Amino acid sequence: MVAGEMAVMFVAEPGAQGIARISLQLAGKARQLANRLGSKVGAILLGNGLSTCPGPLIEAGADLVLLGEMDECLASQAEISAPVIVDIVQRYRPEILLVGSTARGRELAPRVAAKLETGLTAHCTGLAINQAGCLEQYIPAYGGMMTILCPDRRPQMATVAEGVFPNPTQDASRMGQVIPIDIPTGLEPRAQTMEIVLEKGEGKVLEAAPFIVAGGAGVGDLDGWLEVAELASLLDAGLGSTRPVVDAGWADFDTMIGQSGKFVNPELYIGIGVSGDLQHMVGLASPRLMIAINNEPKSRIFSQVDIGVVEDCRTFVPALMKAIEERKKDNWP
Amino acid sequence: MLNIVVCVKAVPDPKAADRLKIDALTRAVPRLDIPLVINSLDAHALELALQLKRKYTAHITAISMGPPPAGNILRECLALGADQGILLCDPAFAGSDAFATAFTLSRAITRLDGVDLVLCGMASSDSATEWVGPEMAAMLDLPAVTRVSEVLKDDGEEWVVKAEHELGYRLVRVRLPAVLTVTRALNTPTALSFSGILKARSKPIVEWNHATLALPAEAVGSAGSPTRVSDLAAHESHRQAQMLEGSLQEKVDQLLQVLEKAGVF
Repeated sequence: MVAGEMAVMFVAEPGAQGIARISLQLAGKARQLANRLGSKVGAILLGNGLSTCPGPLIEAGADLVLLGEMDECLASQAEISAPVIVDIVQRYRPEILLVGSTARGRELAPRVAAKLETGLTAHCTGLAINQAGCLEQYIPAYGGMMTILCPDRRPQMATVAEGVFPNPTQDASRMGQVIPIDIPTGLEPRAQTMEIVLEKGEGKVLEAAPFIVAGGAGVGDLDGWLEVAELASLLDAGLGSTRPVVDAGWADFDTMIGQSGKFVNPELYIGIGVSGDLQHMVGLASPRLMIAINNEPKSRIFSQVDIGVVEDCRTFVPALMKAIEERKKDNWP
Repeated sequence: MLNIVVCVKAVPDPKAADRLKIDALTRAVPRLDIPLVINSLDAHALELALQLKRKYTAHITAISMGPPPAGNILRECLALGADQGILLCDPAFAGSDAFATAFTLSRAITRLDGVDLVLCGMASSDSATEWVGPEMAAMLDLPAVTRVSEVLKDDGEEWVVKAEHELGYRLVRVRLPAVLTVTRALNTPTALSFSGILKARSKPIVEWNHATLALPAEAVGSAGSPTRVSDLAAHESHRQAQMLEGSLQEKVDQLLQVLEKAGVF
């Protein structure tokens, strides 16, 4: 492959089973960007026992998979994997390099960007090619959307969280090439993950929840937050939060929806005491129905939902719960 | 003795920062006089340094890149127990992105001898890139562990820390010197004391600029930043809420009907 043909590359990684979902989503987005540039898509995959992984990446949009067989523990250490990826970038000279916003990607991407002395945009919520052929990277900020460019240095690097881009259609007829890459041996990282301890992962439930009840700063205090949590459990809904609620220590980080938290895709969203900041709202794919309860009639949230209730959530939520309990009693005597 | 550097950032007070909004017409964020405070995640990094200082002997340097008022947050760090402050203050540093910030901070840190540990918050409340810590680590050729939520072993040169992972958490062994970025779960920052404020008066804050760091002006600030903000757009929503009217009970009843129609019951 000639240097320069592979304008769009991304770093793939193994997930709990097979290839990580974020890597397939990156493959799909990389394909779109490469089509705009008239180029090919290259995936970089480092790890152990990955022989079945290139298939899905190619079906999702990759033309080339660079496969580095190495100990999984070493592959997940940025000190070890970053120089390998820097070397690949210098050989293939991609215009764009995408990395997942995962524990592994968040340590790898800055190490690669620092070595290559290029820009790295964090947790983008959108990517597009502009008329000049540059990568526009979108970040929610200041109640709107910020466009970031990396005009002169290459590659243009960005991280993307799982769920920002859709799962691509897997096309079994797509063909691609798998090239093994040499990994230097005898490496010993100074930081080494000894164990990844799996937790029951309420987050996964949140990402798959058809209904989500989310609380924002307007819940007022811990008791207000606990009422929101109780309402969520009463409705058998996923429990979401915004950054101020997590910052205040009321809610677990796991519940946070938005740019630096989770991306969710519910049918129904109820925001309680949520101000409507874009950092939170971008985490919601496009619910069929959105409801907001907020005591401030002029709150920005009301221009972003379908049904609005102006009430103090501390009086409204208990009244709603009481009514729901009564309704449930009527339905199931 | 542990030689610890804590990187702190002065950010617009988050309590008032939601007033900073993109103006739909000018496509710019109007400048408002919002007071600068220490980035709250950095306060957790400082707290870890203070705990280590109580447990072992340690020397803590607080370092911040920012405009002259950022000196106030360094004064606060000294009052909390840091031993010296370094303010990287220079008009040439303005407009730094994560790369240029990490570059400038790492150049300053290389001027300090025998640093064992560099600590910072995992992100800042006003830009939230998470990259300054790990990019500094790469530039200083140090290992980095990001989003550390607990230090399990802190004696000797090999530490064990607990750090975030999307499936649960990681247990990471890390050899010092190293860069750690921390989360809120790590500790509860202590409040300022009057005696601390008095003691801080005799502690030094030095100011360094690009010449002190022997860096050309083109290598720092916006000139040394690979990324640019090319546009700011106010948010446009395609939804408009239908407001439920009436008494509290009427609103509850209407919402119940909405939920029923949506298939919740």
